[in-house]
Amino acid sequence: MIRITIDDIETQVEEGTTILNAARKIGGKIVPPALCYYSSLKGSGGKCRACLVKVEQASARDPRPMPKLVASCCTPAQDGMVVRNITSPEVLEARRGVVELLLINHPLDCPICDQAGECDLQNFAYEHGLEKTRYEFPRRTFDPIDIGPHIQLHMTRCILCYRCTLVADQLSNDRVHGILWRGEVSEISTYIQKAIDHEFSGNMIDVCPVGALTDKHFRFRNRVWFLIPMDAHRNCAKCCGKVVLWLRGKEIYRVTARKDEYGEVHEFICNECRWEHYNLNDWVVEGPRAFQPWSVINANKYHANTKELPHTLYSKLDNERWNEFEGVN
Amino acid sequence: MRRLLLLEKAHIEEIDRYDIYRREGGYTSVEKALKSMSPQEVVEEVKKSGLRGRGGAGFPTGLKWSFLDKKSGRPRYLVCNADESEPGTFKDRYLMEKLPHLLIEGLIVSSYALEANRAFIYVRGEFKWIIKILERAIEEARTAGWLGKNILGSGFDLDIVVHPGAGAYICGEETALLESLEGKRGLPRVKPPFPAVVGLYGMPTVVNNVETLAAVPWIVLNGGDAYASIGIGKSTGTKLISACGNIKKPGVYEVELGLSVEEFLYSDEWCGGMEGEYGLKAIVPGGSSVPILPAHLALKTASGQPRLLSYESMADGGFETGSMLGSGGFIVYDEAQCIVRNTYNFARFYHHESCGQCSPCREGTGWLERLLHKIEEGHGTLHDIDLLWDVQKKIEGNTICPLGDAAAWPVASALRHFRQEFEAHVHQPQQCLFRRRASFVFANASVEIA
Ligand SMILES: Cc1cc2nc3c(=O)[nH]c(=O)nc-3n(C[C@H](O)[C@H](O)[C@H](O)COP(=O)(O)O)c2cc1C
Ligand code: SF4
Ligand code: SF4
Ligand code: SF4
Ligand code: FES
Repeated sequence: MIRITIDDIETQVEEGTTILNAARKIGGKIVPPALCYYSSLKGSGGKCRACLVKVEQASARDPRPMPKLVASCCTPAQDGMVVRNITSPEVLEARRGVVELLLINHPLDCPICDQAGECDLQNFAYEHGLEKTRYEFPRRTFDPIDIGPHIQLHMTRCILCYRCTLVADQLSNDRVHGILWRGEVSEISTYIQKAIDHEFSGNMIDVCPVGALTDKHFRFRNRVWFLIPMDAHRNCAKCCGKVVLWLRGKEIYRVTARKDEYGEVHEFICNECRWEHYNLNDWVVEGPRAFQPWSVINANKYHANTKELPHTLYSKLDNERWNEFEGVN
Repeated sequence: MRRLLLLEKAHIEEIDRYDIYRREGGYTSVEKALKSMSPQEVVEEVKKSGLRGRGGAGFPTGLKWSFLDKKSGRPRYLVCNADESEPGTFKDRYLMEKLPHLLIEGLIVSSYALEANRAFIYVRGEFKWIIKILERAIEEARTAGWLGKNILGSGFDLDIVVHPGAGAYICGEETALLESLEGKRGLPRVKPPFPAVVGLYGMPTVVNNVETLAAVPWIVLNGGDAYASIGIGKSTGTKLISACGNIKKPGVYEVELGLSVEEFLYSDEWCGGMEGEYGLKAIVPGGSSVPILPAHLALKTASGQPRLLSYESMADGGFETGSMLGSGGFIVYDEAQCIVRNTYNFARFYHHESCGQCSPCREGTGWLERLLHKIEEGHGTLHDIDLLWDVQKKIEGNTICPLGDAAAWPVASALRHFRQEFEAHVHQPQQCLFRRRASFVFANASVEIA
């Protein structure tokens, strides 16, 4: 075990743990935002630069500071390391820079984007962004391409985090999509407009931090904050079968995998669970899914239990809604 | 005094052919190393020599070699970085054209030192004719017994593979180069781990510049101490400088480190002074990535010392008043050149060459180019100049690889030293001397300016 101090809070972690995961162990406000790192995808991280932190002391053995800000998602913690995140003005300034740069070419069409309400970029920009854009040149556009019957690609919203390509690489053995071109004009594309169609392709939607990959079956049908998310499972031969059902009354609007508080899925689900079981009777419902109090998904239906510590605080479905649901069940 | 360690034989007719090169004493360092030295002894000599990487960063070569993981027993690789694509830098190209066997000799003794049995030369794809030169030279060396199995009966095996790049500047960054060599997209890797531990195909690897490797035979033959006695302070040995711009004699020169910029620029032995009627305005001393220096800071440091061609002197004054020796691409600008236009030109290059992997560089380089284009075209505002400063700051230091910094530094230094010129482009764009001269040239229809 090694000791690491982040924003004056000390913790102990296994050797080889990254600064980001050490921060997640502490939890709360000192956890750096992460738009490209994804713990269950090997090789993810390093790209978005949202998670930059300052290393004030590299280790107990070498107490010098690191010369540049480092990406906390891919820098291993060292024994005696001292890190600053939200207590460093330099870090906050760099983060403002990253938000601004990520947004200069972003369409910001949140009002018609299915990701709104559960979008990492939206949250990130809300917390760190400027109110106005200083970019006055035409925003980047792409020729639309069809990537198959299930998934809608909005390339203009993509932040090139590479997560979806890692899903395709690591959950299937026939990746047909990837990143084309280079630099500012890089885009997600498929091999000569081939449809993406393997049994776990739907997970690309869940790992996408923004609205670049969305569910065609859910497209424009509802807003996430009007739905009630319920943990549910079924016996599935292909995957864990553990999902979240997004309900309105008895109707299932969409099925997703379960994301943790950092928006990460640890147990991926198959396309059958995602798209072929829209009947509530196919599922064993476990109960309402908890969300962090600031999530807009809570809007109007959840209330916070303020007795708990701020960072362990999850909202609870209020009684009225719960009764409404139990009636359904 | 002019000392040549690398280019000593470059003037000899047909020195690119094996027979001539061998007749002139070529490959004797291989004989010496393989017959009378252990690999560790070669590493020690290189350490003693103080040789620093000539690819741009100036990292001590012996130290880099000693980081190579030899203990795990996994195969090791040596990769020669011949991707030379930095605007203003064209020294490796000259070296490989003239002395391909010197590079091969350097690769053999360096591979021996690193106990690597396979070496790669990653050549810039546009250098088609150089690929032919290298392949022919490798074939000649193999026929003569310097490559292959059990070289000189020493038990040491080596093969060299030439691999052309496909035209991306970013593939000169060592980890992008390794990805490209493996047949993948040329995206820089996140470090750590460093190539010395996880490099080509996951194996311990050393990546060195052409000029660095070409310096090794001399060190093996004459000893590390002899090399260290040349040059100045921690800048030992000689360096190739590719000089271009408004000078009388552009070309590739080998200088002993420590030569003053003033002598290099004005002496007839080297650049021969300014070409034409205008005086010196600025110098970019180490390839397009390094900060530009206005005339007074190019010739003297802020503390009044003469500015020397050495790693330390070039960096004297930090980013405020100094620059870097970089890869030795020495670009000279006369009074009629437009700094705004030049900065725009560089920004366009970095925007085009960004791999697009990390957000600050992918998005920021395009913004820099567009702002500079706007100012250069005469549509800029004072606010745009401040914004330019802000945007470059958001890129610098926040990216995966140094290309982001390389895109930011030229902009930052141009604003630092030539802000009045940017402001003049806002107020009176037509007063730009470059435009006036260009329109004069057009009116006389003598030369075309692209
Ligand atoms: C964007 C970029 C481009 C580079 N291009 C080259 C190049 O063309 N040739 C080169 O030798 N080094 C280049 N480098 C430096 C290499 O990454 C590496 O430091 C060098 O090859 C190490 O060799 P050395 O220690 O012998 O200098 C580049 C670095 C960056 C960041
Ligand atoms: S991806 Fe996120 S920020 Fe972009 S439009 Fe959709 S919700 Fe808004
Ligand atoms: S489509 Fe989504 S998951 Fe894929 S690279 Fe873009 S933002 Fe990331
Ligand atoms: S700094 Fe630029 S070139 Fe380097 S990895 Fe990032 S996007 Fe690619
Ligand atoms: S989460 Fe670390 S760089 Fe994206």
